[in-house]
Amino acid sequence: MNTVALELKNISKKFGDKYANKNVSLTLHHGEILAILGENGSGKTSMVNMVAGIYYPDEGEIFVDGNPAVITSPKDAFGYKIGMIHQHFKLVDVFSASENIVLGIKEPGKFKLSEVDKRVAEITQKYGFQLNPQKKIHEMSVSEKQTVEIVKVLYRGADILILDEPTAVLTPQEIEKLFEILRRMRDDGKSIIIITHKMNEVLSLSDRVAVMRKGEHIATVETKNTNEKELTEMMMGEKVELNIERSEPKNLVDRLVIENICSKNEEGLPVLNNVSFTARGGEILGIAGIAGSGQRELLESIAGLLPLESGSIIFNRPKKGLPVSFYHKSFTEVLALAEQGKFHYEDGTPVSFDGMHHAQIRELVNEGKILFNEDDVTNLRDKTPLEIRELGVRLAFVPEDRLGMGLVGNMDIVDNVMLRSYRRGKSVFLDRDNPHDLAMHLIKELNIVTPDEHTPVRKLSGGNIQKVLVGREIAAAPSVFMAAYPVRGLDINASYGIYNMLNKQKEQGVAVIFVGEDLDVLIELCDRIVVIASGEITGIVDARSTTKEEIGLLMTKNRLEGGSENE
Amino acid sequence: MSKQASVKKHTEPLIHITKRTNISPLRAILIRAIAVLSSFIIMALLMFLLTKENPITLITSMFQGAFGTSLRTWVLFSDTAILLGIALALTPAFKMKFWNCGGEGQVMVGSLVAAMMMFFVGDSLPFPLLILLTLLLSTAVGGLWGVIPAFFKAKWNANETLFTLMMNYIAIQFVTYFLKLFGNAQGNLDPMLQFAIPKIFNGPYFLNILLILVICAIMYVYLRFSKQGYEISVVGESERTAKYFGINVSRVIIRTMVISGALCGLIGFLLVANGSCSVTTTIAGGRGFTAILVSWLGKFNPIYMILTAFLVVFLQRGTSFTGEIYRLDTSMADIFIGAVLLFIIGCEFFINYKINFRKRDKEGK
Repeated sequence: MNTVALELKNISKKFGDKYANKNVSLTLHHGEILAILGENGSGKTSMVNMVAGIYYPDEGEIFVDGNPAVITSPKDAFGYKIGMIHQHFKLVDVFSASENIVLGIKEPGKFKLSEVDKRVAEITQKYGFQLNPQKKIHEMSVSEKQTVEIVKVLYRGADILILDEPTAVLTPQEIEKLFEILRRMRDDGKSIIIITHKMNEVLSLSDRVAVMRKGEHIATVETKNTNEKELTEMMMGEKVELNIERSEPKNLVDRLVIENICSKNEEGLPVLNNVSFTARGGEILGIAGIAGSGQRELLESIAGLLPLESGSIIFNRPKKGLPVSFYHKSFTEVLALAEQGKFHYEDGTPVSFDGMHHAQIRELVNEGKILFNEDDVTNLRDKTPLEIRELGVRLAFVPEDRLGMGLVGNMDIVDNVMLRSYRRGKSVFLDRDNPHDLAMHLIKELNIVTPDEHTPVRKLSGGNIQKVLVGREIAAAPSVFMAAYPVRGLDINASYGIYNMLNKQKEQGVAVIFVGEDLDVLIELCDRIVVIASGEITGIVDARSTTKEEIGLLMTKNRLEGGSENE
Repeated sequence: MSKQASVKKHTEPLIHITKRTNISPLRAILIRAIAVLSSFIIMALLMFLLTKENPITLITSMFQGAFGTSLRTWVLFSDTAILLGIALALTPAFKMKFWNCGGEGQVMVGSLVAAMMMFFVGDSLPFPLLILLTLLLSTAVGGLWGVIPAFFKAKWNANETLFTLMMNYIAIQFVTYFLKLFGNAQGNLDPMLQFAIPKIFNGPYFLNILLILVICAIMYVYLRFSKQGYEISVVGESERTAKYFGINVSRVIIRTMVISGALCGLIGFLLVANGSCSVTTTIAGGRGFTAILVSWLGKFNPIYMILTAFLVVFLQRGTSFTGEIYRLDTSMADIFIGAVLLFIIGCEFFINYKINFRKRDKEGK
């Protein structure tokens, strides 16, 4: 009997001059789970997209059950009993599960929704899904929506299922449930391809692992005969040290004290509810939560982009050195402050600027020899980003939306580096010399791969885009560094590069706030972890002693309570 | 179901389209050149079918129409300058992704104000003062015409495309009203040539060309090297980014539209004081819309826009001349221009995408 369900022979796909896939040959057996492992941009998704009919290969052939197959559309793919569950769900919000499942199927005879419900129920029972066929999509959690997507594919009779990073949006508990179901389907004879870059999932779930690198298929190995180290090396093509060197926090100071902040979205629903925590200089504070639980709103409210209903965001000024606002003050203003005794030397004697030249003062300030007495606290609430900066609060922010908020895609590296500083000086013209130097420095220091400094950033790879962004923010010498999903879409090397940069910031006394999605990384990198669920803080844990399960439970705390009403 | 599919003949689709990531500049220019050339060939063929004249002579007559005499050449460049001027005025707004379709109206109110100044106070003011005041007022009212939609956009996010279009009609009505009240029996305003700006060389042309070239240089520097120009680009690319970096988006929108409208007003002033010395509802002559195309074709770069403005005016003047000689309808000129532009815009597809045909034999390549 033929045990090969799907075979790819010498498949190639080019985008422009670049190969997304080159000569990929791969087999999938009946009744197995094949994991496809690879870095971002290694061609995993483009390969399965060819199987699912989204792209058409430039070269090579696909065989289903030993017969050559032409798959030019997802409909063709269903004809071959191939179904794909995409990373981003394609569901109609106001329809019920069953309605979404039958959408687009043409069947002879009369259409009866109750029949569909019955068949959906059969499928869910068979594999152990938990799904109410009549529930509307907009009432569902992410994991339920995913279930609908899977059932949709099964309903169409798929024997080969392709799942593109299905675990990215799930909690550890939900992941375990999903894996149970996938195993049951495998035992039923289905063939499953799962794309992931999480090593532990590969090892616990799959029968075989196909490793992709730079568009090529490196090898397929039996999962039981391999280990994490070997797979990583295959994936990277070189030996890599994957350790996050977490130092003990030193000289902790309360830098940002957030108290009871509340915020509502445009529909008037609360997105942040009584959020309180303190970010300390010299530590990395992690923020964990299911995607869309208020992480974005939290960071944006600190950055001055989101109006708050109530609460306060208190920034404690670093005691040493002068605030940047000093540089915005005129000389006479500075002299007036000096007369009030606001400036003093390191030993505490007040500074009188008598007979000193402006430049001389600046030099002393720059060397850190003069200190500013105004040990004030500032409430950042209701301040615009510009006002915050003018107060001398140096907030660095690496937003989730890199090209939509942090950087301008069509501008080159120099112009992007300039975004923070272009206002400097009184001239109506831009000074591109300093930003140019900084851009060159960043390119060299962070090994940014780019044809030159005048390449639009959108043309760079995800990792290099992120390096430009993070590099610029670090160059502003921040006292608070906020990063939302800074390693999303980055390969392992680039990710560890970012982790090291964050660690360096922490060692320099910066208060680092890190919003992450990979709990393993959060636990390894951070000092403390704030868990947020539905806009509320459900716990603040010590990263050194917590477990993934503990965080996972906290992540769903509110939802489980809320969900029980619906049952 | 699967059996049926697996017996299907195994064929590649005939063509599939892939995106080009980087095309060499030379190749891009070549594609554009081929596009212009093919449009000329097709139009020459069409004209040949209609007139039975040698296509080469038709094309030559176009060049004659554009460059035939020194006066024609002056007019060609002067018209290019005016069109370029309006396109330059629209460009900062476009870079900000504010689709200012109101160039027509902004020019017209500039012209109206200039004509009104001449009509009402022309006789009572010394000439230099009159010209200076007229210049200032035309620009100011043009700016006002531009800032009204900008204000509504900035405050309530009103759709600027519709708004600016509607403002054109208001401008037309104002001109009509003025002509009704003060025009002659035919509803025209007699040219007040005594208030025209003195001629340099053989007409008003040199001043237009010189002035617009200066504006072109200034606009290039403004967009590229000034802080305000930089802010315009950031706002155009992403308002969120702009807001995050403390750019006051509303202010940038309003400021930019003042500039855009004021420049249109200035062109309106030139059309009157350095042109007809009168005003009509067609004084802008659709150039407020043609300028949109010039700006887009020039990729919002003032230097490229010199070329695109020239191309458009050359085609207009050349084809209308040919049309007259061979007694073609005047719409022939428009058809010709439309065809050339269609080819130029259409060829962008071939610059951005590559078409792959099914390979006959796999070893072929």
